[in-house]
Amino acid sequence: MTTNAVSVEKQKSAAPTAKNRTKRNWRRSEGGVLNVFSHGFLLVWALMVGVPMLWVLWSSLKTSGDIVGSPWSLPTHLHFDNWTRAWNKANIGQYFINTAIVVGCSTTGTMILGSMAAYVLARFEFFGNRFIYYLFVAGMAFPVVMVLVPLFFVTKNLGLLNTFPGLILVYIAYSLPFTVFFMTSFFRTLPTSIAEAALVDGASHSRTFFQIMLPMSKPGLISIGVFNILGQWNQYLLPIVLNQGDSKNYLLTQGLADLATQQGYAGDWAALFAGLAIAMLPVLAVYIVFQKQIQAGLTAGAIK
Amino acid sequence: MRHGKYRFIIGFLAIPLALYGVLVISPFVQDFQISMTDWSGISSDKKFIGLDNYQKLIHNDLFWKSLSHNIIMLLVVPLVTLSLGLFFAFMLNVGGRRRGSAAGVSGVRGSSIYKVVFFFPQVLSVTIIAVLWQQIYNPDNKEGLLNALLGNVGLGALQHAWLGDKSTALACIMVVMIWANVGFYVVLFSAGMASIPTEIYEAARLDGAERGTTFFRITLPLLRDTVATGWVYMGIMAMDGFAFVQLMSVNNGGPDESTDVLPLLLYKTAFRDNSQFGYAASMGVAMLIVTLIFAILSMRLSRRDRIEF
Repeated sequence: MTTNAVSVEKQKSAAPTAKNRTKRNWRRSEGGVLNVFSHGFLLVWALMVGVPMLWVLWSSLKTSGDIVGSPWSLPTHLHFDNWTRAWNKANIGQYFINTAIVVGCSTTGTMILGSMAAYVLARFEFFGNRFIYYLFVAGMAFPVVMVLVPLFFVTKNLGLLNTFPGLILVYIAYSLPFTVFFMTSFFRTLPTSIAEAALVDGASHSRTFFQIMLPMSKPGLISIGVFNILGQWNQYLLPIVLNQGDSKNYLLTQGLADLATQQGYAGDWAALFAGLAIAMLPVLAVYIVFQKQIQAGLTAGAIK
Repeated sequence: MRHGKYRFIIGFLAIPLALYGVLVISPFVQDFQISMTDWSGISSDKKFIGLDNYQKLIHNDLFWKSLSHNIIMLLVVPLVTLSLGLFFAFMLNVGGRRRGSAAGVSGVRGSSIYKVVFFFPQVLSVTIIAVLWQQIYNPDNKEGLLNALLGNVGLGALQHAWLGDKSTALACIMVVMIWANVGFYVVLFSAGMASIPTEIYEAARLDGAERGTTFFRITLPLLRDTVATGWVYMGIMAMDGFAFVQLMSVNNGGPDESTDVLPLLLYKTAFRDNSQFGYAASMGVAMLIVTLIFAILSMRLSRRDRIEF
């Protein structure tokens, strides 16, 4: 009787644990299967993205003969001379500097002009405010390639064709729509009281803007700044149409495209891969350092 | 004060507006104008020829062929890119092993590393990506990364002149466009999924919903707006397949015009073949029309009631 009761009690207490265990096992195994399943797919895609880039790096350190003969083999000796050859002889260094100059100026210009226009549109009521805002925003909707022909002639007539200032101004103009759109909504979220206090204290409108509103909008400026730097650094269409002059003035993207065509004939594959690596590494390095801000900035831009 | 305000407004708007007006708005307006002339650019004389360019365009087989390639890209590239983006984002955020809570829903371990790696192509220039993939697709069985891989794993039968065969060239270019953009949408959708309260998933799980069901019944409806934005964004991007096609395709749109797209046709017509600027401008107008139709259709299809959470 007692033993019976005990055993029943034992059973009673054992039953839930056993049930629990099987349930947990079931859950764990299901979670585990799904875990393996998701990791499997994620890993495959990570390899698909990562391997081509690593391939560029390891190929850039091989001889052309090795690249052509066995693309999957690792370099036996590290041929850094490919990099110097690409930098000097294939002009990648020059193209790099050209791009840095153009993008440096155009991003700065975009940020200053874009936030000035956005500030006025966000904070002041005046006749035509809405119209100007939508005029800017409409620019986001159509592809640049559509207006290539007239744009070419407008730049030519202004004497800006094949010049850096020309490229810079065009970059700024085509970056304005998104910058104005983004910064307008950003300025609207900032509290008005501080700016009003500054005005009451006698600060001019422009002083209020540069000394108070602009510093306050730093997070927005960083997001849109990164967006513009990446977009302008990677621009290909505008340079090949508006910068067809002296090949010394090519931008990096043009230079690489050119190098790819040339090396096809010259057979210096190592220099091509070194050129690709040189163009790739700084951007990837900046990205890895700032990846949180960049991901947040780019996605914030797309959601809004 | 009032006077100061207007002077300030004008002062701040003048330069951006002037720049935008001269370099964006005026070319846009001029495009319609130029499209109705026979302008060849070299001389200043351009004759008004009305809609002749458009007539010519309608009878140009290459135009229709290019347009059809654009439309294929417009449909396939966003669809595949967004689907993969959603799939990976779901795996990253909800595909993990349970932790602690009863019907636990969690992300996989290392999800931030995956996100960083997936995003790589997004920060690289289109040129780098195109040149890189041109080398991957290299038709030589010993030179091309892809063909060599197939040979190494015993699938030599699948080796192929990827970009040189007109039956595969367009698909190969679309693969690269998808490859380049998936990472961005993984990050974008991850951000969206992270803002969905996990209690919703947990409640669904307790009610016995499978993960597949939760995806289609919870995640997708709640991300509808983000997906719709991404769709339009991606479509406009796919419409401009210029750089990929120009850099990767054999003979600029070849082989046998099997990869030609409208932007490339426009570029060639204006800057390569006898400077037919008027004709090229009419292609610009055609592109605008296609883009607008796509945008309007997408907005119509995606319009639903917003869900607040």
